[in-house]
Amino acid sequence: MDLALTTYLIVGATFVLYIGIAIWAKAGTTGEFYVAGKGVNPIANGMATAADWMSAASFISMAGLIAFLGYDASVYLMGWTGGYVLLALLLAPYLRKFGKFTVPEFIGDRFYSKTARVIAVIALIVASITYVIGQMKGIGVAFSRFLETSYEMGLFIGMAIVFFYAVIGGMKGITYTQIAQYCVMIFAYTIPAVFISLAITGNPLPQLGLGGTVSDGTYLLNKLDNILVDLGFSQYTAMKGSMLNMFFLTMSLMIGTAGLPHVIVRFFTVPRVRDARLSAGWTLIFIAILYTTAPAVGAMSFYNLINTVQPGPIGSEDGNLLYEDVPGWFSRWQETGLLQWEDKNDDGRIQYYDSNNPAFAPTAAEYGWEGNELTVDRDIMVMANPEIAQLPNWVIALTVAGGLAAALSTAAGLLMAISSSISHDLIKGVINPGISEKSELLAARIAMGSAVLVAGYLGLNPPGFAAQVVALAFGLAASSLFPVLMLGIFSRRMNSAGAIAGMLSGLTFTLIYVFTYKGWFFIPGTNTLPDTPEHWFMGIGPQAIGAIGALINVVVATLVSRATAPPPKDIQELVESIRVPRAS
Amino acid sequence: MASSKEEAAIAYWKENVRLLITLLIIWFVVSYGLGIILAPALNSIVIAGYPLGFWFAQQGAIYAFIVLIFVYVFKMNALDRKYDVHEE
Repeated sequence: MDLALTTYLIVGATFVLYIGIAIWAKAGTTGEFYVAGKGVNPIANGMATAADWMSAASFISMAGLIAFLGYDASVYLMGWTGGYVLLALLLAPYLRKFGKFTVPEFIGDRFYSKTARVIAVIALIVASITYVIGQMKGIGVAFSRFLETSYEMGLFIGMAIVFFYAVIGGMKGITYTQIAQYCVMIFAYTIPAVFISLAITGNPLPQLGLGGTVSDGTYLLNKLDNILVDLGFSQYTAMKGSMLNMFFLTMSLMIGTAGLPHVIVRFFTVPRVRDARLSAGWTLIFIAILYTTAPAVGAMSFYNLINTVQPGPIGSEDGNLLYEDVPGWFSRWQETGLLQWEDKNDDGRIQYYDSNNPAFAPTAAEYGWEGNELTVDRDIMVMANPEIAQLPNWVIALTVAGGLAAALSTAAGLLMAISSSISHDLIKGVINPGISEKSELLAARIAMGSAVLVAGYLGLNPPGFAAQVVALAFGLAASSLFPVLMLGIFSRRMNSAGAIAGMLSGLTFTLIYVFTYKGWFFIPGTNTLPDTPEHWFMGIGPQAIGAIGALINVVVATLVSRATAPPPKDIQELVESIRVPRAS
Repeated sequence: MASSKEEAAIAYWKENVRLLITLLIIWFVVSYGLGIILAPALNSIVIAGYPLGFWFAQQGAIYAFIVLIFVYVFKMNALDRKYDVHEE
């Protein structure tokens, strides 16, 4: 059966599954719509949270990043998993005990302030919308590349699917759809990984294969280090960037992860406090299955790629692959423009090396190389993996379905967070507190529908700054939401003035720092300083600044709260009560 | 009676915070310490094909995070029962 037809069948089958689940899990009450009736089993919730959290970026881009950055990509691996430790220990159980519907609701109640609640809603919406644009683009790109439709058509199909299961099922529908999406995703990711690991190292477990040996008996990582150095690159396993930047980037990603509202809210859906703790553990297990596989996929597919273009000894006359001998996957990916070859020295062979390394230039000249000839888009590492490993068409189709599942599940979770903060925090909380449950449910569905339309519009007309704002989304969550949530639980003395001052100072600092390097309001050319490591303050990049923003938030909040009156007695009692699972 | 209840709540919270701090120190040492700060030095040690710093950063830290959360879950469940604040 040909690839396009197989892909249609497999992707179509997963979509039927998602819609079927939506009809089965229709939400009837606001409780079911916002928090799935608080009846989700902790293991099931862990799976749903894992799907919710792992986006198109985790599924499609991360292994590619690891392949090309090597050790330095560890920031994503540690940053995006270490945040769950913070979430499990510092937030999830207490927010579950609080037992309401949204993150801004907790901030509003704990700091007895509508202003605090509205600031939280703004931070939530900015962080979530920017993040959702990336998912929408992922859906459009996946469709257009694999199903031979236009980008727009792919986006409309994706929007229709999300609209259907999110508007009808609410959080309940999303939860069970995400469980299905997790299963699709993890099969799609691990099956090719197992085969590539078997082919290269003879070990079926990619996690162990990464430390395994290749056909000539040397360790894979050792071999990779040596080939890269021989080609003028840095060692795969060595640190290349600044340690300080790595430190703060990891911390920003961790704090940002723990502060992302669409993830936090998933811990509101389990029955008990102890389930919230346990569920965070299961979430991390389910995430770790993919996250510990990704380094192997990255290293092995990269090794495959280099070996393909450099089959003979480096520098020897016929060491490089003749272009007329390229394998099928190479020319197929060339058609997409994601893999490009330009014969700079007219020898008909492909040279891949670091032509930006001045120390390597004399060696390259000696070999007769006149520049790097191969440009590889990082995103193809996962998507081309099954083809490189020569797996059957259904595995390639499954990878497409997995990428779509990753994008759809994250998009749905984000849209849910946006719509519930509009219907519950703005409409019920601020504009019309007397709204009936039935009207609120309708408002929630309308907000959901509108959020899908806005996300679709932004996916069709992505603002130029979309890519940069993803880093900012983490910075925002790290510098605004996480610190006040934590202080609200761990400091009984924290009051509304402190929380508001903390959120505003953390946000302002992070925004100004990011704008300084990325352009004011992301308008190209308006950046005050060039966005390069030598101009960063102490070598800390704009992506990594959220950690400092969070620190400023905590310091300002603490100082201001100490200088102003303590919170009222009933709030102090609220803090006491969320600290224990059950009043004795 | 009220005062002993209050004392129990304070003691429960103190034990909880102590557990949190212990676990967070391990969390910090494994990821930032072994995975980043000491990684260049640890990379000279190779175990089962892995330079050690690289292993901590790309695999070990993630396994450690899982263990930390489950230790927390079991310790907290025990603490809840000890202070009779467990659910059900």
